[in-house]
Amino acid sequence: MAETSTTLKHYFVSSAQQFDAAKMGMWLFLVTEVLLFSGMFVAYAVYRVWYPEVFELSSELLDWRLGALNTLVLLASSFTVALSVHFIQRNEKEKVVVLLLLTLLCALAFMVVKYFEYTGKWSHGIFPGAGFAPHGDYAAYYTPYAPQFFSIYFVMTGIHGIHVLVGMGVIAWIVTRAIRGHFSAAYYTPIELTGLYWHLVDIIWIFLFPLLYLI
Amino acid sequence: MSTAGQNYLSASTGVRSWLLTTDHKRIGILYAIAVATFFLLGGIFALLVRTELAAPGETIMGQDAYNQAFTLHGVVMVFLVIIPAIPGILGNFVLPIQIGAKDVAFPRLNLFSWYIFMLGALMALSGWLVIGQVDTGWTFYTPYSAEGTSSVLWLTSAVFIAGFASIFTGLNFIVTVHKMRAPGMAWNRLPLFVWAIYATAIVQVLATPVIGITMVLLFLERLLQIGIFDPALGGDPVLFQHFFWFYSHPAVYIMILPAMGIISDLMGTFSRQQVSGYTFIALSSVAIAFLGFLVWGHHMFVAGQSALSSIIFSMLTFLIGIPTGIKVFNWVATMYKGSVSLKTPMLYALMFLFLFTIGGLTGIMVGVLAVDVHLHDTYFIVAHFHYVMMGGALIGLIGGLHYWWPKITGRMYSETAGRIAAVLVFVGFNLTFFTQFVMGSRGMPRRYHDYAGLLDQYPEFAAYNLASSVGSFVLAAGLFMILAYAVHSLVRGKKAPANPWGAVTLEWTHTGPIPDPHNFEKVPLVTRGPYDFHLADDVLGAAASASSESQDNT
Repeated sequence: MAETSTTLKHYFVSSAQQFDAAKMGMWLFLVTEVLLFSGMFVAYAVYRVWYPEVFELSSELLDWRLGALNTLVLLASSFTVALSVHFIQRNEKEKVVVLLLLTLLCALAFMVVKYFEYTGKWSHGIFPGAGFAPHGDYAAYYTPYAPQFFSIYFVMTGIHGIHVLVGMGVIAWIVTRAIRGHFSAAYYTPIELTGLYWHLVDIIWIFLFPLLYLI
Repeated sequence: MSTAGQNYLSASTGVRSWLLTTDHKRIGILYAIAVATFFLLGGIFALLVRTELAAPGETIMGQDAYNQAFTLHGVVMVFLVIIPAIPGILGNFVLPIQIGAKDVAFPRLNLFSWYIFMLGALMALSGWLVIGQVDTGWTFYTPYSAEGTSSVLWLTSAVFIAGFASIFTGLNFIVTVHKMRAPGMAWNRLPLFVWAIYATAIVQVLATPVIGITMVLLFLERLLQIGIFDPALGGDPVLFQHFFWFYSHPAVYIMILPAMGIISDLMGTFSRQQVSGYTFIALSSVAIAFLGFLVWGHHMFVAGQSALSSIIFSMLTFLIGIPTGIKVFNWVATMYKGSVSLKTPMLYALMFLFLFTIGGLTGIMVGVLAVDVHLHDTYFIVAHFHYVMMGGALIGLIGGLHYWWPKITGRMYSETAGRIAAVLVFVGFNLTFFTQFVMGSRGMPRRYHDYAGLLDQYPEFAAYNLASSVGSFVLAAGLFMILAYAVHSLVRGKKAPANPWGAVTLEWTHTGPIPDPHNFEKVPLVTRGPYDFHLADDVLGAAASASSESQDNT
């Protein structure tokens, strides 16, 4: 109970109220994130409906195996972060640290794969927008509105990637707090909130992968 | 303790105690200072525009300077004044006390919002000073904005950043209303101001991210030519307008809903009776918030969207009139057989009723497809949205500031000066903008720096423009008069009692003349509704009789 009293802010009546408020705040923040991405999904939908054949052709340039690998990596990271919430509720603090580190590792793997995908594209002259100039074997992919596809691809995966990086920073921070023993079954709000955020990052990728790589 | 000892102003002193405060009341004052400064700036731009238009031909500036002046007027007034004003100042100060909370749910996030807002604001203004001028208008329409000066980049970044302040403020208020209410403060006992801020917060949270991503895409359009919005690259400029108005139409409800909340509180307090149709007013705020998301296309009737879309958007636009009408009729009904006291805040409430009704009804007019094709891009539109934004949102803010001034500062202002200024504002406002309705309906286009060429065909434009410009200076005189007696009140004002108006919401009945740093000595137990004057005699006691005495004097 000592832990609860140090973490309870004076303007809350109880820890339960404080926890509920924090969780609701996080859910609302996730709603804003969904709407932020929805703008890009709308842009995707509009251009896909207008130029479906361009989108089908251009998506061939994206390697679905790398996309699938990243999907698995992110799903695994969502699982480990969910387990970390589960184990902190049972006060098994060592497991929480291990699981959070595993999550961090998955996130890093995701970014490494993304790095190879991006640099591979760039080496073939595939840039977003006006810089789009595929050469060599890829020259055939230069069609009108193909730049739009890759603009949308780079913007969506880029902003998603920024969210992964932010998530990695946050997870790294709560790992250090978990190691210092800040969390317990009585107080684990930051782990819970980070988990929620991480699931959102995961879910957005779940939509990005088929829309960009598969169809 | 709260009567004899500390209050939130005296609890700690020094610049640091203000800049690092997490007290929602102090953060409200930080917003007040910032917004007042920006309002002065935006007002000066407006006066420059009106001075240029006072006479045909070049008066004080050329066409480029004119384009920049109206762009800055729009950007400053929309993004730095009206959107943050009521939630930032009065929402922060009043809402937590009205629901019996010690603070908002996330006080540090609240302070962070203010800093984000200031960062966005200073970026917007410094971009104009340092990098170059923006002349796109506040709407940043592509392709012009995608090709114009590079300071567009800077300004869109500023709007993006300031947007987060709005999101975090909204998020904070939603959670505060859900989780921080005092025992007994049921949803049907929330003051209508709280309901209005709550509905506003929903719009802030749902709409603002869309302008955020729109600004990011516009930024990338300029930086990398991604070709989403710029037709020269295969993009679609109408898509930009859809994105922009998907935020910016709901944003007008971010601007007007809080003012409606203030008017509801003022009507109840100064009519001294139960606000008529409480549930309807409360839920009509939520209905407006919801419907506001479905009508953005009415800004694009002549922008090349399909006729079918235009018809649907036009019909949905009319629906907004229903919840709005519910509010207006209930406010009028609240005064009926009430004990109406025409104190300065009530004068502004009545002014709101009058001006907002004109603004709202002309909104229905321009929502009619055929009429809008004629009126589009004329001064009729300018007059319409100034009647809503200035005559509605800002008049509501000014009324609210007068109402809560004694609670915020602990001082009274001069009632006589307040009433004279209110008359000046009313006369100046109508002279400025009613003439614009007339000349707009006769075809005077908006955003023109000069109308000398139109005078052969429409000689009357000269007189209307001159009258409008004269009106803008009368309006400015009224506003400066408010500033003057506000400063006088801070220095020399009579000490305010805890409840000078005899109101029965918690901020008046359960706090001292200036609230305690933590609002209440102990969390209040709420046993009645926000306008249950008949149940509040035991709470009001001396304050109520004092207020009725002062009513006799006036």
